[in-house]
Amino acid sequence: MSPRAQSAVKLGLEIAVPIGLLLAWQAWTVHAQSQYFPRLSTILVQFRDMWLFSQFGEHVVPSLERILLGFGIAVVVGIALGIPLGFSRWGRVAAMPHIEFWRAIPPPALLPISVVLLHSIGNVQKVSFIAFFCVFPILLNTIDGVRGIDPTLIDTARSYGIRRAARIRRIVLPAAMPQIAAGMRISLALAVIIMVVSEYFSSTSGVGYVLLISKNTFQMGPMWAAIVLIGVLGYLLGLAFALAERYFLAWHRGWRAVNPG
Amino acid sequence: MATRGDVATAVTTVEPRVQRGVRLPFERLKVTLVFVGSIAASLLLWELVSKSGLISETDLPAMSTTFSKLWDFMHTHAFWTAFGQTVRGWALGLAVATVLAVPIGIFLGTNDFAARAFRVPIEFLRPIPSAALIPVLFLTLGTTLKSEVFLAAFGAFWPLLIQTMYGVHDVDPLAVDTARAFGLGRYERLWRITLPGAVPYIATGLRIASTVSLILAFTAELFMGVPGLGQKVNEASSYGLTEDLYAYALAVGFLGVAIHLAMSAVERRALRWHPSQRSVL
Repeated sequence: MSPRAQSAVKLGLEIAVPIGLLLAWQAWTVHAQSQYFPRLSTILVQFRDMWLFSQFGEHVVPSLERILLGFGIAVVVGIALGIPLGFSRWGRVAAMPHIEFWRAIPPPALLPISVVLLHSIGNVQKVSFIAFFCVFPILLNTIDGVRGIDPTLIDTARSYGIRRAARIRRIVLPAAMPQIAAGMRISLALAVIIMVVSEYFSSTSGVGYVLLISKNTFQMGPMWAAIVLIGVLGYLLGLAFALAERYFLAWHRGWRAVNPG
Repeated sequence: MATRGDVATAVTTVEPRVQRGVRLPFERLKVTLVFVGSIAASLLLWELVSKSGLISETDLPAMSTTFSKLWDFMHTHAFWTAFGQTVRGWALGLAVATVLAVPIGIFLGTNDFAARAFRVPIEFLRPIPSAALIPVLFLTLGTTLKSEVFLAAFGAFWPLLIQTMYGVHDVDPLAVDTARAFGLGRYERLWRITLPGAVPYIATGLRIASTVSLILAFTAELFMGVPGLGQKVNEASSYGLTEDLYAYALAVGFLGVAIHLAMSAVERRALRWHPSQRSVL
């Protein structure tokens, strides 16, 4: 096969296979007549009726707010703690056991505790719970990123008399940013998961709440519509982050292209 | 959307530990002291915050109370049964994910046509939080081990698949071409060149997947009532037994740390010969 024909076939596959899978899903649900697996077409109609946009403000907006607020707090805290820890060996030695413990514990194990401790099942508990667990990937990547900076760079800046605040803003942050962004991407995906889990555990609004209520009342259409929405949310947030990263770290791509490895 | 950055990150984070061996004995002692001291200080702080009433003991039981509760649990049969059930769910989930993800990852990593055909479905399915599947599993498979293993395996599948695909893809093409020039067959090339080259990536995937598998095994127990530590936490939560809640959380946390340490050791072993582990000088 010529290279041209090959790439045509690949493009064809890339378009045909997902469509084929969706058709197979529809065919299977039509054939199975299962009470738990409504037809794909039914799910899509339900999706449009619920999320575009009659219940969007009531349930999707609160969930999005919690994700973005929790994620935002995690970014600020993670970077603010990660930079000093990246420079201090003893700080790292002291902080590591705590970071490793909180990173290893399954977040849902702390859900009931967070409710007891914060006396809340509302936004205070949701946002702080999301923020708490999203800190760790960002924190660890910031530490790694700062440690990876060429010490000559910082010594040079210091010998030129550039002050600490300016050094951090102009040298440390940009140099560590690609790695910090890698941590932020992991945290954003984590934020969606934790949002769903914490709303499913206890809440009065949000996508996870819809999931729970429709399961409890055996409304399969809304339940599947919520599952699809969660998938779409996860995908779109990831995509938005990838685009933002591409834009803000464009200089890094260019730099990597001329300095490979 | 794992980019090269993720994978590279996963490989390099293991690196700093290698240097520890060259430090002076006194330095090592100091590291141990700071390490242990930091843990002791935080435990003391926990005790003080609770006993002084800064946070009331009904909301945050003292450190000593929580640990003695855990100690009591450890003398009961029920605790170890639940502990074993959680470990079983974790292990089976991870095993099922590995058996599926590694062969599929090798196939997709070596076959460009297949990789392109399934790129979009993978990109769409991967970011779906597995937790969204809980209601479906609850209604169809019920409160059984099957639900737990399915959920754990589903979550653990993706990081392993992506790591395997990258690992296979990243094998030095020169090595593969050389093997081909020496007349090695397709399967021999796969067995002798591609797979060993991908092992470090697969090991990293395994470490990530093992954490995910534990989280989801526990989540299945918490939300679906599958027997295990998660179900115990759910019970303690519904009866308002705050001390039990904290003791179980500690137990799950220690289990998580143990699994993380074990898998990191496996990963370091798999990476021992890898260039990222060689000292530069």
